[in-house]
Amino acid sequence: MIRLKTLGLAALLAAATALPAAAQHEHETKTPVRQSWSFAGPFGTFDRGELQRGFHVFREVCSNCHSAKALAFRNLAQPGGPEFSEAQVRALAAEYKVQDGPGDDGKMFERPARPADHFPSNYPNPEAAKAVLGAAPPDMSVLAKARSYSRGFPLFLVDPFIQYQEHGVDYIYSLIALGYTDDKDPNANQYFPGGHIAMAKPLSDGQVEYTDGSPETVEQYTHDVAAYLMWMAEPKLEERKKTGFKVMAFLILFAGLLFFAKKRVWAKAHGQDHA
Amino acid sequence: MSGHSTYVPKSAIGRWFESRLPIMGLIHSSFVAYPTPRNLNYWWTFGGILSVMLVVQILTGIVLVMHYTPHVDYAFNSVEHIMRDVNWGWMLRYTHANGASMFFVAVYIHMLRGLYYGSYKAPREVLWILGVIIYLLMMATGFMGYVLPWGQMSFWGATVITNLFSAIPLVGESITTWLWGGYSVDNPTLNRFFSLHYLLPFMIAGVVVLHVWALHVVGQNNPDGVEVKNVARDTLPFTPYATIKDGFAMVCFMIFFAWWVFYVPNYLGHADNYIEANPLSTPSHIVPEWYYLPFYAILRAVPSKLGGVMAMFSAILVLCFLPWLDTSRVRSAKYRPVYKVFFWLFVATAVGLGYLGAMPAEGGYVLASRLLAVYYFAFFLVVMPLLGLFETPRAVPASIADAVLKNAHSAKA
Repeated sequence: MIRLKTLGLAALLAAATALPAAAQHEHETKTPVRQSWSFAGPFGTFDRGELQRGFHVFREVCSNCHSAKALAFRNLAQPGGPEFSEAQVRALAAEYKVQDGPGDDGKMFERPARPADHFPSNYPNPEAAKAVLGAAPPDMSVLAKARSYSRGFPLFLVDPFIQYQEHGVDYIYSLIALGYTDDKDPNANQYFPGGHIAMAKPLSDGQVEYTDGSPETVEQYTHDVAAYLMWMAEPKLEERKKTGFKVMAFLILFAGLLFFAKKRVWAKAHGQDHA
Repeated sequence: MSGHSTYVPKSAIGRWFESRLPIMGLIHSSFVAYPTPRNLNYWWTFGGILSVMLVVQILTGIVLVMHYTPHVDYAFNSVEHIMRDVNWGWMLRYTHANGASMFFVAVYIHMLRGLYYGSYKAPREVLWILGVIIYLLMMATGFMGYVLPWGQMSFWGATVITNLFSAIPLVGESITTWLWGGYSVDNPTLNRFFSLHYLLPFMIAGVVVLHVWALHVVGQNNPDGVEVKNVARDTLPFTPYATIKDGFAMVCFMIFFAWWVFYVPNYLGHADNYIEANPLSTPSHIVPEWYYLPFYAILRAVPSKLGGVMAMFSAILVLCFLPWLDTSRVRSAKYRPVYKVFFWLFVATAVGLGYLGAMPAEGGYVLASRLLAVYYFAFFLVVMPLLGLFETPRAVPASIADAVLKNAHSAKA
């Protein structure tokens, strides 16, 4: 009987592993390469320096084409993020113009941004961006959570237990830092489904100036900006993991107490009627 | 809820109130004095866990609604507002989103437990059917809830599922238009799904009351599947025995739940749902949430659209007929050696269908879906009726107390 059961399961597993192989004849999009991230794992936290550098890259390069509508300037000073000072954020916001109004004259007007304002987009709408760039670049607010890749069987079953949640940033890193290998075609990318991406290679060595002595390489830029994108997509990640530890500690202790209470209560039951 | 209450209030005010509205007596007879079979194992704790999950979903949902905007232009952003600007908003949303999955984990365990131990058999047919109704309501609620964040999977999932109704001959198209409130999934669809997503959980709560009522009339089934014969020997009072055991199981389940909420909150969702809904861009691969995948696989296994839709709904409705499809005299699989094998094959089939539901509907996947779908239905329509006639069950203990005593002796030996 048990043998029958295991046989059935084995047959099912064999079928499950054989099938994906049969279906893998489309185009050869490469599987993203896993990177090391400070925010991975149950005690992960963001590296402030990395987030600040990442914001720098985002601001100088990405935000020329991509919007980030959910980002407010004030977020950049909040705990768990790049943690710029309030003064830095005020100064930064003031460099941007936002539309406000209508004023007393009934007209809209422009004013310098304040920390409460959201990060302005370079294009008024996706259509305008498409008209200029040829394709509408995706909004970057939650991009790190909006991208993923299939880990396949059986790894996808293991991922929740090893807490692998960095599919999005691994994909973004591989796409930007490793994907552009064709010197003749700037839009060819080994990690992009279909192999051809509308965004030409966006970063090159020395393009963005770092003031903290970090290497000014594509790899460093990409790692920094991917980490920044993860923070922008999940600004409460640190708070979540810290709270999770407290909740877990409480629940496990509580479960332990209940276990012994249960044993004691039930010991009486068995004693009474069967003695 | 069974029999006359033995509850006697201690205070004068209590006695005054009890003679006017005997609600404390009702609570006492349902959750304190209520006799529970003494051989219940931990698979019987999932009913209590499900009640807790319903409360968790309703409470987090009510608070989320305070910050959510059901409009195609604002829904996606209002969810991000919850994640960023609302105090503990990320925790509310992740608890609610993962809570739905945990609800289904618990309900599938609860249903499989019923299937294994024959809990649907007389006199528990109505209890079982009420459970199937709760399950159907849960599926509708979960589906509409997934539409609310208005991401790409929300939109395209809603489009695929509502389009299923267009397969109905003659009136299908009209029904689909009526469901949408227009000619495609749009703002009216989002608004009505929001309204119904808020309503249905309270309907679930209502059916849960009937489910618990029916349970307390016929009493719980148990792992040995023999009815209670002597209340003093075969049962233990709900409090403290079941209360403490259920409480321990609930906290263990909460640990499992918290793992998803705090450490892998997006694993059970789909990355595409972090892209705002766009009617002009179809995702390359539309998949429903994991708990619908076995039925989605059955839907796609049938070549005709109407046939697929009918197969999918039949896969759930067949459960209602289970009490009459099973011809076995013995309830529990513990004493049914052959049924046990078919049961585990059925579990493997359901898991396999779930895997296939997430794969593209092409080549070998479709063939495998068809084979597994055939076994899914054969289990209910062929195995269940025939096995009861041909299987020789093992000897069933005379009473619950005998079963427990026998176990105690064999454990000592």
